[in-house]
Amino acid sequence: MEQIFNKLSESLFGQLNEGEHLILSFDGENSQFVRFNNASIRQTGLVDDADVGLKFIANGRTCSGGFTVSGNFDTDIARGSSEIDRMRIESEQIPKDPFLVMPENAGSSHEIKKANGLAFEDAVDAILPAVSGADFVGILANGKMFRGSANSLGQKHWFETESFCLDYSLVTPEHQMVKGCYAGSDWNQQDYEDYVKRSRDKLVLMERKPVKVDTGEYRTWFEAAAVADFLGMFSWNGISEASLRQGCSGFGRMRHDDVRLSSKFSIVEDFSPGFCPKFNSNGEISPDTISLIENGSLKNTLVSSRSAKEYGVESNFAEGGEYLRSPRMEPGSLNHNDVTKNIDKGLFLSNIHYLNWSDNAGGRITGLTRYACFWVENGEIVAPIETMRFDDSFYRFFGDQLVQVEDKLTVVPEVHTYGQRSLGATTCPGILVDSFALTL
Amino acid sequence: MKLNIDIKELLGAVDVPAQWVGIREVYEAHTPRMIRDGVPVANARSSTHGIMVEVLVNGQFGYYGTPDMTKEGVSRAAKKAYQQAEIASGHALHHFDESARPSFQGEYRSPYTKNRESLSAGNLNELLLDAYNSLKVSDKIVSASSLCQVIETSFKFASSNGSDINQEFLMLEFDLSATAADGTNQQTRTFGGMRGTCRQMGLEYFDKYEIMANAGRIGEQALELLEAEECPTGEMDIVIAPDQMMLQIHESIGHALEVDRILGDERNYAGWSFVKLEDFGTLQYGSKLMNITFDPTLESEFASYAFDDGGLKATKEYLIKDGLLVRGLGGKESQIRSGLDGVANFRSSGWNRAPIDRMANINLEPGDSTFDELIGQVENGVYMESNKSWSIDDYRNKFQFGCEYGKLIENGKLTKTVKNPNYRAISTPFWNSLKGVGNEDTFGIYGTPNCGKGEPNQSIRVGHASPACLFENVQVFGGV
Repeated sequence: MEQIFNKLSESLFGQLNEGEHLILSFDGENSQFVRFNNASIRQTGLVDDADVGLKFIANGRTCSGGFTVSGNFDTDIARGSSEIDRMRIESEQIPKDPFLVMPENAGSSHEIKKANGLAFEDAVDAILPAVSGADFVGILANGKMFRGSANSLGQKHWFETESFCLDYSLVTPEHQMVKGCYAGSDWNQQDYEDYVKRSRDKLVLMERKPVKVDTGEYRTWFEAAAVADFLGMFSWNGISEASLRQGCSGFGRMRHDDVRLSSKFSIVEDFSPGFCPKFNSNGEISPDTISLIENGSLKNTLVSSRSAKEYGVESNFAEGGEYLRSPRMEPGSLNHNDVTKNIDKGLFLSNIHYLNWSDNAGGRITGLTRYACFWVENGEIVAPIETMRFDDSFYRFFGDQLVQVEDKLTVVPEVHTYGQRSLGATTCPGILVDSFALTL
Repeated sequence: MKLNIDIKELLGAVDVPAQWVGIREVYEAHTPRMIRDGVPVANARSSTHGIMVEVLVNGQFGYYGTPDMTKEGVSRAAKKAYQQAEIASGHALHHFDESARPSFQGEYRSPYTKNRESLSAGNLNELLLDAYNSLKVSDKIVSASSLCQVIETSFKFASSNGSDINQEFLMLEFDLSATAADGTNQQTRTFGGMRGTCRQMGLEYFDKYEIMANAGRIGEQALELLEAEECPTGEMDIVIAPDQMMLQIHESIGHALEVDRILGDERNYAGWSFVKLEDFGTLQYGSKLMNITFDPTLESEFASYAFDDGGLKATKEYLIKDGLLVRGLGGKESQIRSGLDGVANFRSSGWNRAPIDRMANINLEPGDSTFDELIGQVENGVYMESNKSWSIDDYRNKFQFGCEYGKLIENGKLTKTVKNPNYRAISTPFWNSLKGVGNEDTFGIYGTPNCGKGEPNQSIRVGHASPACLFENVQVFGGV
């Protein structure tokens, strides 16, 4: 893939006229997808895919393009040339862009992560025996992923990684479910079987008769996977500088009214674990870490180079959409063994589902409980709960209602496969909240 | 630049002893343009082009999606798909035969008169810039945008049992948005968002005078919302405009009736359904006023087509008739697995994803009430327009929606504007509280460009058309 991208880049850069600039981005994968239902195979297949994105800058204008890379150089160069011709014409027609971001050559990078992964032909036999007899449903996404960037000033980045992600649920006959996600680069059969066994052990708790919880406010523990979902909302009308400037961010109260979250709440954008490339689709490299909220106080927003120009602030080389790519929330002091004791009476929520802003300006988020969610009394898990809707503000559950933060961090991988397999992960602890509102 | 591919010739390059072989070619190009705050922020065109080779081996389908559309590439893809299917066939959830891919031949073309090239990039930017200027009615409008996107899709399908299908789609998405803010009091009003205007049509849609009139109204309504009271809290009647009804239908009917969900395929991602196989023909889903159709034939609706991605011919069918659940959203594979009648809804998001049960056009058929008659029945309630927030549980029961714009209904009349109108309920009690269905004059055609489902994930276009509707005794509330 890298050779294909390099050859294509060189040829397309050679077609530019004086005063024209081109930034190329590359996304590709060689993936296996195996879909399971009831510990059997529902669908199975392979996908080879690669796309090149083009940003053409000339005459004070920017045009973009993109096409699928077939792997046949003649076809691909014809597609790329056609795009350049089109963008050259359009750049004479469209209005000037006063906030144009010009390419730079700030140095190149090259990162290839080798792995001892799961061979495509071995995957089914490796996975299914451990889940035999269980109602196992989910997906294996497996294989290589590629990201690249190059510009006409000579800057070049390449990132290549191989990984697997078995994202699954185990289901009881009464339809109660436990979620699992076994992901990594090096496949270890024993480690996988141990992981599945722990999931199967959790199912025992789910066999108790579910209790119906009334609407109202409860002391609530959120496991790391649930916290990761809340943090994910910061990528959508949240931590983006452009969103704040355009009046559609839930962070407005922090920016304009100096409202602070709990001193126990800190998050950073942290690229050091290498879950995703440090370069963005413009080829810009972010700092290794960017402090966003420090002890409850908004320190930085995510700022793309375009927002930097438009609003006169400094870029931290966020992606154009100014979303979190590798967030990490700082740990606290609560040991997981002490969680139910510290809840005493309330809710233990392993996962949450289908979040949306119900009042963006007020920081209010609605969603639902899902999977292993329990009622706790006298510091002990009593039984799973029936699905409940919540509607509460992050200014409360990351703010004045945040009681304790777990002392251990969990890596929650990005598992989405819309269009292509995703890279990135959220690293965070669980949290204990004194009061959390269930509404339906 | 689109390559011309002869997939029937490529089918001849497949050399594996499969029970059945199909090749699906998809080309799709997106051309978005956007003006935000007076400057161009998007002038793009990106395309994707590839094929999916699908084989049936020992009753198990296997696939290989590839952008290599040469004979050698297809031969290689078929061999790898065969290997995947053969390995999986010993653990197949269901053993299919060729009847899962019926043989049909035919063509489809979206209705339009002006293609993408009928307006230049310059013409469109000028129109969008004018619209932006009309949105910016006050300095309190802190951000405004106008955007459009043209989507051109070409779909071809050929199979070893004689399917030969060619479908060409032209679609247009358009929106206007204005955000008014005063400190942390911020309100956004749109032309329905990306779900507001998304249809199969061409650039004949662009009527400059109508666009400018709507832009001015949207800007003024954003200001109106900034000054408005919060929506009241309590149990009351609501009248829902078609541009919110579309998502109500989508979330609390469409997804719940997908047969692959009911069969458990989606339990690890999108979720299950409160609907069970035995509910078809027996469950009173809603009031007698409720008639829901799967209608791939409604001209210009976003997800109209003649054949699904498994090659099944698409026809209009009632899903819910007089409130009674009669048919599910199950394609041929789900029909075989469940034993239920279904529809032609086996669809994929592109060449690199395998088809699954999806919505297409799911519509609420018009009733006989005028808009004034709907409002006139309400003593104390709220009228709501344009979705801005949505959420529903994994069984499609407990939902919550927020809208952009509300009006109090007092003694049968629309009165004051209210901001942040929200409501929440549970699916079947809610639909059984349907008290009035608007007539053809209140009917609107909408859709969504990004319905998410499936593993691996697939974002797909669906259409929804509905009249305005009245529901009684619903939980209503406002913002913080």
